[in-house]
Amino acid sequence: MELIEAIILAVLAASTPLLIAATGELVTERSGVLNLGVEGMMIVGAACGFGGAWLTGSIFIGALFGIVAGALMSLVFALMALGLAVNQVATGLALTILGVGLSGLIGAGFVGERITPAAHLYIPGLTDLPLIGRVLFGEDAFVYFSLALIVGVWWFLYRTRAGLILRACGDNHVSAHALGYPVLRIRTFAVMFGGGCAGLAGAYLPLAYTPFFIPGMTAGRGWIALALVVFSSWRPGRLVVGAYLFGAVTILQLHAQGWGVGIPSQFMSALPYLATVIVLVLLSRARAGGSTAPAALGTVFVPDR
Amino acid sequence: MRKSLLALAAGLLLAGSVSAASAADKLKVGFIYLGPIGDLGWTYQHDLGRQALVKELGDKIETTYLENVPEGPDAERAIEQLVRAGNKLIFTTSFGYMDPTLKVAKKYPNVHFEHSTGYKRDKNMSTYSSKWYQGRYIQGLIAAKMSKSGVLGYIGSFPIPEVVSGINATILAAQTINPNIKVKIIWANTWFDPGKEADAAKALIDQGADVIMQHTDSPAAMQIASERGKFAFGQDSEMIKFGPKTQLTSILDTWGPYYIERVKAELAGTWKSEDTWGGLDSHMFAMAPYTNMPDDVKKIAEDAQAAITAGKLHPFRCPVIGQDGKEVECKGGANLDAGQILGMNFYVKGIDDKLPGK
Repeated sequence: MELIEAIILAVLAASTPLLIAATGELVTERSGVLNLGVEGMMIVGAACGFGGAWLTGSIFIGALFGIVAGALMSLVFALMALGLAVNQVATGLALTILGVGLSGLIGAGFVGERITPAAHLYIPGLTDLPLIGRVLFGEDAFVYFSLALIVGVWWFLYRTRAGLILRACGDNHVSAHALGYPVLRIRTFAVMFGGGCAGLAGAYLPLAYTPFFIPGMTAGRGWIALALVVFSSWRPGRLVVGAYLFGAVTILQLHAQGWGVGIPSQFMSALPYLATVIVLVLLSRARAGGSTAPAALGTVFVPDR
Repeated sequence: MRKSLLALAAGLLLAGSVSAASAADKLKVGFIYLGPIGDLGWTYQHDLGRQALVKELGDKIETTYLENVPEGPDAERAIEQLVRAGNKLIFTTSFGYMDPTLKVAKKYPNVHFEHSTGYKRDKNMSTYSSKWYQGRYIQGLIAAKMSKSGVLGYIGSFPIPEVVSGINATILAAQTINPNIKVKIIWANTWFDPGKEADAAKALIDQGADVIMQHTDSPAAMQIASERGKFAFGQDSEMIKFGPKTQLTSILDTWGPYYIERVKAELAGTWKSEDTWGGLDSHMFAMAPYTNMPDDVKKIAEDAQAAITAGKLHPFRCPVIGQDGKEVECKGGANLDAGQILGMNFYVKGIDDKLPGK
């Protein structure tokens, strides 16, 4: 029983940064912008988030630093890709390269420093419940926030007028523009939301997951978040499934190795990718009809005034 | 896709970090690093070695390093870039640079290369490595003494001989203390991913291991063991900062003296292709202070270190029994020979797991 609880806790911790970063990117892409710079924004968020927490001693301020850093990074992207209508793919890749270098520079001063990681919730009685106690009532704030965030995004996209307009920009920017909506401004906000989320996801790593900063510590999680958005066919519900599935298989394969199941570890390491892709593809095939990607995704829009 | 993107990123990054040539008469020495110099492990230690080199011979040489160079074909370009920048002696510091280094070495016979932890050499390409399994043996003794559950947790990177011989040395040592000791092995299939290393450490501890050992590069596992009140060994570097009450010891790579020696040879014109494999009796690695253990355990560790250094104790003394129960052929007289250790691809008896790919 304790082992199951421990596994679920580890899965939630491993999935949370993916979920946060992917949620942000989902909103960005739903507005029609493809920002491949998630990894770069994440690692800068990690460096700034750690720096903030280290300087002030507050995890909350660290998280804010991460969000602001990610949003500022995405603003660079917005200036290039939206303001100057530069190719989005190239700009996004450049953003990642910039971010990896920049984070090393920012983080150089506090490599090797330690902080106290984010506190876990504790409610006497509830948290002590067997099996579900710590899973439901003993997480750190990031985990709860990530779930609130994805629910909020779902509600925003499908239940509000603003969400409808954002989706319209992603599906047909010409029509949205003709109706008088400020397409580029809306997209800039969406890009910055994505950047803030990526920054927060990055900050989660040194603030809660492994409480120290090392250059390159995101280790490709930004790319996985990007892939999750595509395989979830841009739907928040499936994104949650994908992120937790990926986290679950990652942790389970480690445990399976510890138990000595005897399956080659190389295969086990590939399993999270395989399982997530297969399940999400099956999910999107099961519900036939309806194109998945935002129709204007990645295309340049220059309003004619 | 992801890999090639990372490679692209790294390629562009390193293009920016090559420093320009200045004084023409200084010998130029280049380094290729796998990780960032701030990884607090493998690459960090190599860079400490480079810094020691600069301190010693700074007036005669000029060093350049490229960090975050992915293993594989991309490395070739990075090495060649160092050659074109005028470096005459180039250290490539990871196993995966072996073939790229050899390829570039054949192309530029007048440049000298030094490849760390590989086995391919040429007229102008040396190899250098350390007998880390000696340190692992000492860790095995300590681990068996310190473990209450009798279960050790081992985080591997890739199932290559260097890592496998480390696991075997550990368990052979542990068995001399506790014949029934168990080891749980998790392969991370990466050298560096702090999150994944932390997850592996969590999994091992959740499955009952109370001493964690790692052959991956970040201090994440140490930090998790510290959080859970278990013991752990550092890797490559001093990691006690991440577990002041957790670290038992750590194998410290000390490359400085070797780099100084080789560069001096290059300056004197006496450099030649060699294979250096340094043990505890050399200056290639050292053990961090034995901490967080009772005095009797500390004494066992120190005695073993002294015996290994003096050549009286060999971690792979015969008979070595393989996992299949058969005795491993004893090619080195009283112990396994260098080739058997450098090419080790079997588990010894007492490891329940299966070696990946076997």
